[in-house]
Amino acid sequence: MAVPPAGPWSGLVRDALVAALVAGLLALPFVGLETYDIGGGALGIRTHFDRVAIAIAAVFAGRFLYRLLRQLYRERPPSAAPPLARIAAWGNRRAAAITLVGLGFALALPFLPMSSRYLIDLGTTVLIYVMLGWGLNIVVGLAGLLDLGYVAFYAVGAYTFALLAHNLGFTFWEALPLTGLVAASFGIILGFPVLRLRGDYLAIVTLGFGEIIRIVLLNWSAMTGGPNGISEIPRPTFFSLPFARNAPEGTTSFAQFFGLDFSPDHRVIFLYYVILALALVTNWFTLRIRRLPVGRAWEALREDEIACRALGINPTNVKLSAFAIGAMFGGFAGAFFATRQGFISPESFTFMESATILAIVVLGGMGSQMGVVLAAILLVTAPEFGRAFAEFRMLVFGAAMVAIMVWRPGGLLARREPSLHLEPRPTAAQSR
Amino acid sequence: MSGERVPLLKIEHLTMRFDGLVAVDDLSFTAYRREITAIIGPNGAGKTTVFNCLTGFYKPSAGRLAMLAGDETLLLERMEGFRIASDAGMARTFQNVRLFAGMTVLENLIVAQHNALMAASLFSIAGLLGLPRYRAAERAAIERARHWLDRLGLIARADWVAGALPYGDQRRLEIARALCTGPRLLCLDEPAAGLNPRESAELNTLLLGIRDDEGIGILLIEHDMSVVMGISDQIVVLDHGRKIADGTAAEIRADPKVIKAYLGEEEEAPLPAETEAHIGFSRTGNTC
Repeated sequence: MAVPPAGPWSGLVRDALVAALVAGLLALPFVGLETYDIGGGALGIRTHFDRVAIAIAAVFAGRFLYRLLRQLYRERPPSAAPPLARIAAWGNRRAAAITLVGLGFALALPFLPMSSRYLIDLGTTVLIYVMLGWGLNIVVGLAGLLDLGYVAFYAVGAYTFALLAHNLGFTFWEALPLTGLVAASFGIILGFPVLRLRGDYLAIVTLGFGEIIRIVLLNWSAMTGGPNGISEIPRPTFFSLPFARNAPEGTTSFAQFFGLDFSPDHRVIFLYYVILALALVTNWFTLRIRRLPVGRAWEALREDEIACRALGINPTNVKLSAFAIGAMFGGFAGAFFATRQGFISPESFTFMESATILAIVVLGGMGSQMGVVLAAILLVTAPEFGRAFAEFRMLVFGAAMVAIMVWRPGGLLARREPSLHLEPRPTAAQSR
Repeated sequence: MSGERVPLLKIEHLTMRFDGLVAVDDLSFTAYRREITAIIGPNGAGKTTVFNCLTGFYKPSAGRLAMLAGDETLLLERMEGFRIASDAGMARTFQNVRLFAGMTVLENLIVAQHNALMAASLFSIAGLLGLPRYRAAERAAIERARHWLDRLGLIARADWVAGALPYGDQRRLEIARALCTGPRLLCLDEPAAGLNPRESAELNTLLLGIRDDEGIGILLIEHDMSVVMGISDQIVVLDHGRKIADGTAAEIRADPKVIKAYLGEEEEAPLPAETEAHIGFSRTGNTC
């Protein structure tokens, strides 16, 4: 590459000097002065001008290098897309193949030679977030309704199942449809007051809704057990065959029925397949409904609500259906969470969860199903890898989010697949 | 006009006040089936406000807006916004195009047929199961979209993302989308704005074709006098919210009140764009 002419060089230096000056002004009081106790409650001041100098030098060098790299980068031919974009484009071209490989991997995971109980557990957690991400994708990605309280529906699903099991003796499979129904009703309850709101205002109200649900769960001790939560939630059965070392009187356990040696791994593997199936149902449903009038109306609402009304589409119905269906899948995931953990408490349903799920949807690329999978894998497994430097986990997490949003503002795999194509008109001979 | 004129939309004493400001003041006129009715007037005369009252975006302060659908009379001012489109058959376009920019051209036209498709999909149940009944309805909707795409010369762009279309195509797509709802009355808010002379001439042919073939009424707000004078069966002139004239193109051109409103006795300095419209009008007026 050619050496930049004198003009840009002096520009770079000047820019770096300004940055260094600002850094110096800030560093002088914050880094350069330190107070310490000189006894008798009085404070003395130590100065660290060496540290200030280091800070100024670091900022100068950093800023200079940053600008220099940007300039070099810009001089490359414009056809060279940034690497992330190239990877995403490649992924989009090979979407079908990647989906198949991914699905095959997901199906085979428990039986791969390297798999362990830990890995299957991690896979289950990832799949819960994938399912939650796909559910929230309906509300945020398709209908464009920014929902910061999605965890509320997750909690409603979990508590519905726990309470049904405790009070009415429901099993997981009997309760599952009901949890979806109850969560969907809560979705509609949330939907009504926010019909007129959009964007930031909607986000604030949904945030409040999530907190209300959590606080009710925390304080309504008679019903929900308050902060102690609900324990001894029944585990799912394999077509009414329980996973137990010693089956209760009159029943056969899964291991006995199939003549296997009992292993606690059976249940873990089974749970993994249950959440895989639930997640795949969510995905199938979303892909299908996108091609139906409701799904297209959701997307149209995201694009322009006023135009929707001018076309005779009832925005109330469209919004409520999006909230209800998104909430339903949250409810299913919640019921699964409850049966997997065997114990739930309001602590599992904090705003942090909502934020993580929303981050999965936004990072993946709003409306992109594959993007959600990728983002869920990244966000759930990254903290696992980061256990060694636990205190910096959130810092790394935040930095990664900023980096992705800078380089891929639309999300990792942002691309919208049209819901239908115009087929060439059948020729006269064919139609006759 | 041959044959009896069939009234389609009767506007009686429409008044719209915003606090102290009277945007539309006691406006009455009738739009007819198989006719193009144009509303003209200087900027700020209240034309778009009339449209917004008609299509339910504003609730009028006073007046009656009656859509005559066969034997039925539907009072628009009492209907919910979206029902004016779905039940009364009022379709509109917007001054600043409002497409579903992220969706394809074809999808825009399918969304316009939402209500029919929704009924066919039995609230999505038949659709989720992929029943033949829904598939047939979807095919019919695509055929209808294809018809309008063909008619408006957008067929080659069917799978384009709407937001990526050139401006003229976006305007035509918005008209196609409104037509896909199967309207009784088509309201166009400045359809020729931003079009070049050739495109505007094509628009004239298109609107006349729609009027004659579809047998619907067209209500038009327009500044481009070559469009208004060339195709309108009836012209309503507004100034400061009041109707100052109502008649055929020839009558309007000769009306001294109209000429005064457009050319003389300006109270406020006209906007640059407006000046152009004035000149366009006077030129057409003098040469015709």
